[in-house]
Amino acid sequence: MAIQLQDVPYLEEIGNIHKVFHPDSLNKNSHTLAEREKLHNKIIPSLEEAVRLTGLKSGMTISFHHHFRNGDYIVNMVVDKLAEMGFRDLVLAASSLSDCHAPLIKHIQNGVIRRIETSGLRGELAREISHGLMEVPVVFRSHGGRAYAIETGELPIDVAFLGAPSCDPYGNANGYSRDVEGGIMCGSMGYAKCDAQYANKTIILNNHIVSYPNAPFGIPESDVDYIVKVPEIGDPAGIMSGATRFTKNPKELLIAQTAANVIEASGHFQDGFSIQMGSGGASLAVARFLREKMLRDQITASFALGGITGSIVDLYEEGLIQKILDVQSFDLRAAESLKNNRFHQQISASCYASPSSEGTAVNQLDIVVLSALEIDCDFNVNVLTGSDGVIRGAIGGHPDTAYGASVAIVVCPLTRGRIPCVVRQVNTVVTPGKVVDVVVTDQGVAVNPRRKNLCRRIQEAGIPVYTIEELQKKAEAIVGIPDPIEYTDKVVGIVTYRDGSMIDLIRQVCD
Amino acid sequence: MEIQQTAVAGTMESSDIMVTISPNDGKGMEIDLDSTVEKQYGKAIRKTIEDTLKELEICHARVRAVDKGALDCAIQARVKAAAYRASGEQAYRWGDAVK
Repeated sequence: MAIQLQDVPYLEEIGNIHKVFHPDSLNKNSHTLAEREKLHNKIIPSLEEAVRLTGLKSGMTISFHHHFRNGDYIVNMVVDKLAEMGFRDLVLAASSLSDCHAPLIKHIQNGVIRRIETSGLRGELAREISHGLMEVPVVFRSHGGRAYAIETGELPIDVAFLGAPSCDPYGNANGYSRDVEGGIMCGSMGYAKCDAQYANKTIILNNHIVSYPNAPFGIPESDVDYIVKVPEIGDPAGIMSGATRFTKNPKELLIAQTAANVIEASGHFQDGFSIQMGSGGASLAVARFLREKMLRDQITASFALGGITGSIVDLYEEGLIQKILDVQSFDLRAAESLKNNRFHQQISASCYASPSSEGTAVNQLDIVVLSALEIDCDFNVNVLTGSDGVIRGAIGGHPDTAYGASVAIVVCPLTRGRIPCVVRQVNTVVTPGKVVDVVVTDQGVAVNPRRKNLCRRIQEAGIPVYTIEELQKKAEAIVGIPDPIEYTDKVVGIVTYRDGSMIDLIRQVCD
Repeated sequence: MEIQQTAVAGTMESSDIMVTISPNDGKGMEIDLDSTVEKQYGKAIRKTIEDTLKELEICHARVRAVDKGALDCAIQARVKAAAYRASGEQAYRWGDAVK
């Protein structure tokens, strides 16, 4: 007997049953898998057509990831196309921007881009923005802060344009390719994962379409609407370097060795500890010095987080680190490890650092080793603007990891050339001093006075501890007192903290 | 000391300064500085160059300096070396020592 909607009691209350099934609505497909992949897929012949299908309009928000770093072709290619199609006043929300994105300057001047959200800016684009290129200030967010803003709807993404080194015809995409050796690879797609998940429409741009299923994948097909094949997605040389160079700079080695000693003395160097180390010369070298201590004391780390480099992979393959959580692979060795090592796990920016969840990975860190452009007498850290006040860096995960880790260690030389790195007041506060615990320079260690026990442990290990003021005076005695930088009143950048609150403003520099 | 000819000291390496000193035909001191730390230390570097030349009793000189963030001690050493080379003077006075 035929069933009818009227037969259902409380139909209105249930509210989500609207029609009766009818077999006429079914068209069973009897093609082979190979035929299906060719005939029924998400591949759109041109970027222009894909953009039209997304329904993008002037004034909307477009997003990009920065896993291709300075080798990225996607941002410039897409914005050129959107300019040609006549879009205006777009909000460009990239996870970060590099030197290679200087061509955006003309699209800001011609009104295609009205506003930018990013983790950082470098090169010509950064200089122009510092000199007042944009009417609306740039919003700078940390990696965790960006994920949080996307999740909470503070930063809604209309269309995500995501480059991927491999993708199948349905959108399962990843940062490496399983079917060919070599080819372009960027490793983890951690920052892109949030965009794909939350964007209203997601386009994967790709030059290497592989057969279904492209497993394992970084971005699942369920988060992808369209795929566009493009001739090139990036310059492999700019995307990543082959192997991370081990520093020979004696200053950096001294800093690294001292930092490893501080870690050993911190009370957190015990079996099962967790750690994140940055990609700077000194923080990379910390891994080598720590390795000796781990072998000596038979200590293994439960996991390493980050920003993963070859030196972390070395420790993993030696059995000294049990698991790797990877939001971004910094070098080819890290990317290859993600492809080949079972317990090298790709994680999203949200899993990495979003303040929305207690379980976020940064909150499970014992130790983080971070670099800095400047640190001041209140332990505030600047990683965004240079000593001349011009934007030249990125927030990255700095404030996220400094807050999450039990011991946040900042490594930097006391001076770089004539530039002091320990200063009275940083140009731009990115990470608040309250969560920065130890500063290691080539000329001495300072411990945040809030961490009295930690300070005592470090002193008891025989490491001389200075006050931060003493370090600042040492620096000043070498380089002299710099003239203050002159700014105009115009705000060119808003630095946000993880929760989206404003922590500092960047003003236009005078010439 | 008199500047007789054009002479150079220093390199373009980071943390160094390349100083070129030439005669200035009795027209006093002229300093043309190009520095990576102009905003923070431009004034201080010009003063160091001038003071170092005065210390050598040089009143007329054209100085072209390309600075890559050199410290004061390096600036003084490069200016002195360039000045001695430009004057042809052989009796070097390095600080208190006369050689």
